[in-house]
Amino acid sequence: MDVVINGERRQVTPGASLLEVLGQLKLDPRAVVVEHNRRIVRRPALGDVKVSEGDAIELVHFVGGG
Amino acid sequence: MTTAVETIRDEPLTIGGRTFQSRLMVGTGKYPDMDTMVRAIEASGAEVVTVAVRRVNLDRSKESSVLHFLDPKKIFLLANTAGCYTAADAIRYARLAREAGFNDFVKLEVIGDEETLLPDVAGLLEAAKVLVQEGFKVLAYTNEDLVTALRLEDAGCAAVMPLASPIGSGLGLLNPFSVRTIKRRLHVPVIVDAGVGTASDACVTMEQGVDGILMNTAIAAAQDPVAMAQAMRLATIAGRAAYLAGRMPRREVAMPSSPTRGMLD
Repeated sequence: MDVVINGERRQVTPGASLLEVLGQLKLDPRAVVVEHNRRIVRRPALGDVKVSEGDAIELVHFVGGG
Repeated sequence: MTTAVETIRDEPLTIGGRTFQSRLMVGTGKYPDMDTMVRAIEASGAEVVTVAVRRVNLDRSKESSVLHFLDPKKIFLLANTAGCYTAADAIRYARLAREAGFNDFVKLEVIGDEETLLPDVAGLLEAAKVLVQEGFKVLAYTNEDLVTALRLEDAGCAAVMPLASPIGSGLGLLNPFSVRTIKRRLHVPVIVDAGVGTASDACVTMEQGVDGILMNTAIAAAQDPVAMAQAMRLATIAGRAAYLAGRMPRREVAMPSSPTRGMLD
């Protein structure tokens, strides 16, 4: 199943939760903030939200800036 | 012996209920490497350190987050909305930053022009109102325009951040009169953000009586960023001390420093 993560089309396991998507990408859920179809999903809820075909997921963190 | 520094009575800087000893805040962008950044921040003595919100690089996430190099227990992370050109984008970035879980402060930028990176003050005010309603402590990056600064204060911003000159320009404080006027009229802290190039710029800025100064490129793009960070720390302290000391009036004519009496015939 295809979803769009940070603007890139990516394959994820059908029916996966956001937490499982992070696991597939080897990302620590404590180190990223997740936006799912323009809605922020808080860390404790990541395991409860399932992704669907074509969903837009943004994974952000802090980088150097002024 | 009483030194000048011991005679200075200053209060710590308080923004949105948080108190800081250092009046210098620094950014984390554009450093040649992370080790230099860490040592420069240390040398600057800054407690408030800005960061930006960006997409995780899906292929190599480990080395890209600035938090691998900064200890949020030792420094106060101030997320910015740099790169946002609309109120809606800035609000989105601010919400994402808060979700990272460090604090509810945001350095709000809504940029209106790509060449100068000057703020879109209409968008800024709109975003500030929304974010204040949502409980954010908003530090608003703005022009050195008094009326906009007053509107931002009315909107509930925790601090107003007029620019010294455009971001990354290093042109120094172009409009001391306007910055002084903003400081005189506002009740919330005024932090000058952006545009200083070297230590004298920081010193002159602090001499206007503003509460603090935020800089990034002046340190990060110096040939020796760690040495410049130390220079900026000293210049910020010096400028603040000079402001508190109260400068002598300017005169158009000379006045001798030595006695005019007692001269030989």
